[in-house]
Amino acid sequence: MVSHKSKLRRMLTVELPMVIILLFTLGPYLWMMLTSLTQEDKLFTQGPSLIGATFENYYRLFNTVGFLDNMITSFIVAAGTVVVGLTLSVTAAYSFSRFNFIGKKYLLTQFLIINMFPIVLLILPLFVLMRVLGLLDSHLALIIANSTVAIPFSVWMMTSYINGIPKSLDEAAMTDGCTRIGALRRVVLPLCMPGIVATGIYIFITAWNEYLYALSLGGSNVRPITVAIQTLIGEYEVQWGLLTSGGIVGALPATILFLIVQKRLISGMTQGAVKG
Amino acid sequence: MLSGDMTMTMTSSEWPSSRAALAKRVLPYALLSPAVIVTLAIVFFPMLQAAWMSLHDYILWKPNAISFVGLKNFFAAFHDEVFWISLKHTVIWIGLTIPSQLLLGLVTALLLNQEFPWRPLARALIIIPWALPSVVIGLMWVWIYDSNYGILNDFLLRMNIIQDSVPWLADPDTALYAIILTLTWQGFPFFAVMILAGLQSIPRSYYEAASIDGASKWRQFWHITLPGISGVLVTAVLLRTIWVANSIDVIYVMTGGGPGYATYTLPLYAFVKARTNLDFGYGSSLAVLFTIMLLGIVVVYLRKVGKGAD
Repeated sequence: MVSHKSKLRRMLTVELPMVIILLFTLGPYLWMMLTSLTQEDKLFTQGPSLIGATFENYYRLFNTVGFLDNMITSFIVAAGTVVVGLTLSVTAAYSFSRFNFIGKKYLLTQFLIINMFPIVLLILPLFVLMRVLGLLDSHLALIIANSTVAIPFSVWMMTSYINGIPKSLDEAAMTDGCTRIGALRRVVLPLCMPGIVATGIYIFITAWNEYLYALSLGGSNVRPITVAIQTLIGEYEVQWGLLTSGGIVGALPATILFLIVQKRLISGMTQGAVKG
Repeated sequence: MLSGDMTMTMTSSEWPSSRAALAKRVLPYALLSPAVIVTLAIVFFPMLQAAWMSLHDYILWKPNAISFVGLKNFFAAFHDEVFWISLKHTVIWIGLTIPSQLLLGLVTALLLNQEFPWRPLARALIIIPWALPSVVIGLMWVWIYDSNYGILNDFLLRMNIIQDSVPWLADPDTALYAIILTLTWQGFPFFAVMILAGLQSIPRSYYEAASIDGASKWRQFWHITLPGISGVLVTAVLLRTIWVANSIDVIYVMTGGGPGYATYTLPLYAFVKARTNLDFGYGSSLAVLFTIMLLGIVVVYLRKVGKGAD
């Protein structure tokens, strides 16, 4: 159906530029992967190459450096943030979506504005606060710090998802004898489960990838992967093979999760923007 | 309103319904309160504390010498050469990164909006930089920029574009721009994805009508596409400006602000000041100043553009 000429034109005007952009996008990542598969002492003599590729760096990462502990720490912090972020925001989002009350607009704006505040403005007082409370170098400190971002984000996303569920459904449930809370639990929550999962996964990714709080509030006990990777930089020379393998492993969970939820997540994020 | 309810509670027969009415009015707040209270405790209270610290001589290792100094820290900032250097870099940082991300994102979105067989694959792969941790991104690019073994120098030398390898991150003239390229790489997928969503919301019939009327591709882009995605652009630029302005993790990992002060931005300066000198008073005042400036930009931007980013 498509003529030969227009196919060629498509290749030149669409596919070729797309390939170039993809090369720019994936090039650094592939380069990192290639480096991680090259033996450390060969890096500086022959450069990264697939010839003689080895998993030695990965082996060292888990057996010598103890990267697994860091991954467990990251997991605890990220999962904790998801739990805090979601439980607090679901009822708030329902309230924003279903009721009209005094100060609603003001409060909703507050939750949007919080996301805009610089992390440095929070990181200094949070450090002092955690120090006073004796929470430095604990999982809780990092969960709290990550929640400063997760709660507002989650309220925003969940409100958008719940807005998409018709009000008449709650009303029908309530005529059938459900209370408000019952309607929320039995009707609204199951319906926006996909949205909740997407929001939770995004919070998980953000907390997993977070670096500055981890660096400031963590320590030798609680060291998430982001800080651990950074400490792989030696004092005199950088072990690039080890470092890049840490980068690949550290980025893997978030990347896979992102690819899984991207569609739903993006629709939730852009919904307001497209309409506006 | 209130007195009406009071009289209603007086008549005993009205009791249950008025109680229900009260419960109905309290319910929205009750549902909100957990999120609001926690946010107050972990966001607003620390912010107040930051403002408080900015008005004090507050050095972490001298806990007994905390004293109120009024606006001294702020005046000190205006006489601090590094403050002005950092401010200049912040302006360059935002002024170059956002347009680059926007342009590359726009081109990517327009391409992804065309029909071609492997489009779903391209759309999935394009967002990978978005999912990577900043630390990994920073270190990855440090390795790419490496002056002895980096692939960028290797590539440019082979193409005969440069004669000697360039120490991209160690040279004060190139360091900031090298990091800006890294941040462009990290942030353009966000624009691409947002703009793509905007493009797909434009009805196809507009283009059909325009091409029947004989409008060129360029005019279609100018009169249909751009107005169609303007809402998305406004929001995306706003969100990214705030995000890029605040983003210090990539710089911190790549150069730590150096060489010298070559890659200091304001938030980074505040962070480094508190982290290495433990001068939380001065650091906080820099953070507060930066926040005020950022809010100023946001307000001016929203006014100029004319409508809120909903």
